[in-house]
Amino acid sequence: MITPGELAIVGAAESTTIGTVPDVSSTGLALDAAANALADAGLTAKDIDGITCGYFPIADISSQLGIYPKWADNTVVGGCSWMFQLRNAMAAIHAGYCTTVLIVYGESGKSTRGLTNSYDTGRPGSIGQQFDMPYAGGMAAAMFSLPVARYLHTYGLSEAELAAGAVSQRQWAAMNPRATLREPVTVDEVLDSPMIAWPLRRAMCCLVSDAGGALVVTSADRALDFPQPAVYVLGSGGAIEGGMLSPAGVRDPLYPEYIRTSAGAAMGAAGVTHDDVDHLMVYDAFVHNPIFGLEGLGFVDQGEGGHFIAEGHTAPGGSLPMNTNGGGMSYAHTGAYGMLCMLESIRQVRGQAAAQVDDVEIALCHGWGGFWSACSTLVFGRDRPS
Amino acid sequence: MPHPLVPVPTPETRPFWDAASEDRLHIPRCVTCRQAFFPPSPVCPHCTSRDIEWFDACGRATLYSFVIHQRPHPLWEADGPRSVALVRLEEGPMLVSSVVDCPQTPEAMVFDMALEATFRPFAGQPVLCFAPVGPSAAVAPNTKADA
Repeated sequence: MITPGELAIVGAAESTTIGTVPDVSSTGLALDAAANALADAGLTAKDIDGITCGYFPIADISSQLGIYPKWADNTVVGGCSWMFQLRNAMAAIHAGYCTTVLIVYGESGKSTRGLTNSYDTGRPGSIGQQFDMPYAGGMAAAMFSLPVARYLHTYGLSEAELAAGAVSQRQWAAMNPRATLREPVTVDEVLDSPMIAWPLRRAMCCLVSDAGGALVVTSADRALDFPQPAVYVLGSGGAIEGGMLSPAGVRDPLYPEYIRTSAGAAMGAAGVTHDDVDHLMVYDAFVHNPIFGLEGLGFVDQGEGGHFIAEGHTAPGGSLPMNTNGGGMSYAHTGAYGMLCMLESIRQVRGQAAAQVDDVEIALCHGWGGFWSACSTLVFGRDRPS
Repeated sequence: MPHPLVPVPTPETRPFWDAASEDRLHIPRCVTCRQAFFPPSPVCPHCTSRDIEWFDACGRATLYSFVIHQRPHPLWEADGPRSVALVRLEEGPMLVSSVVDCPQTPEAMVFDMALEATFRPFAGQPVLCFAPVGPSAAVAPNTKADA
């Protein structure tokens, strides 16, 4: 068993520029973020003996960085792939396969410069291409969001209450100079934004951005050797249910078991309760994702997540600060947001976030993959459990 | 070269597409555990049996959930908003489809309404859709009307 706090994040960084970066390719964003994370950790390439890089060919990224890895992983389950890869890196270090892993991500989602997409899901003859894409192409807003209408109907959540999640996240983004959208927005303005896929309007959908990010993870026994405060991984989880491009295979789309499986693994390993969590990230590709996350993670009961957000509990000043970078809807969202989601958790635990929450000792980060077929949960801690 | 959105059958899915060309909903079920499943697979997702048979489903289904997608889709003959739906077959499996032959509005999409399978051309390839059965459409609004 990996013990809580056995592994630590000792380097963490985004690409130097995020948002609209037309002069850098996907690979360039990844390499830039990797170099930033190595600098953040006070390391060079020769200190790295394991690598993960998601969509990219491992050998290309390794050789361009001058890394000669003896362990590698490229698990791809969609946007939370880099969270799965962190779990795998932890297991590899625990097993003794390597000591120091660099987790690399970059995606020119907006400018589409050198877009490397080994996602493969829409290839002719794939299950998604045959049975999901005929109805809405690869349009995430029309597939990811299929359960939302039934949720509104079942739990009596209004479209105005649904819109409130976009409003509270913009309040966080207003405090963040790196956020793409920082102007305050009202519920009425969200509801006046163009319809994309009823009930989702444009302001309820994530941005499309260019960004990269990278992490360095190693044994916590070395954590005090690095220039930045270590962020300890207290627990991790991951689960998959349903097909890559549709939620049709999720057995209960309103209260999916895979979310509870992932959350239970992470919180159980960490030995933390919901009351211990000071800061929360729930990957928001769309406004409803945090609602389903809050319920599946167990912060609220089934059917209460939308009302909880609409009542302001996750907004600045609320009891459960959530998506404090502004989230995918206001900060940045490249296509796969899992790395950016983790990086905000890490900044908050370090005490280095733009909209810093007071005294973050425990931070929980939850991400999604596919059009709602995978998820991963991580519990980060400021202090190593004794 | 066909448009990349036109479904490309594989050996494992060809019975579905061949039947679709004859307006038949043909799906696999497991001989061992008797459960129907979708999408097609040579292995039963319920019990891992490889003893699979194909049959004509009854075509009856119910509407679980939906969106009204606003963006024109290049291969459908009609432009304009179009439903994308989660539909549950009477035989059990849930799948992604589209509800046709009714207004493409939230008001016309009644949760749990009875549907029947129908096939619509998609660049020459018939694709599975569903149409409301009997008295339907505009029965009741789906959500609170305060928005």
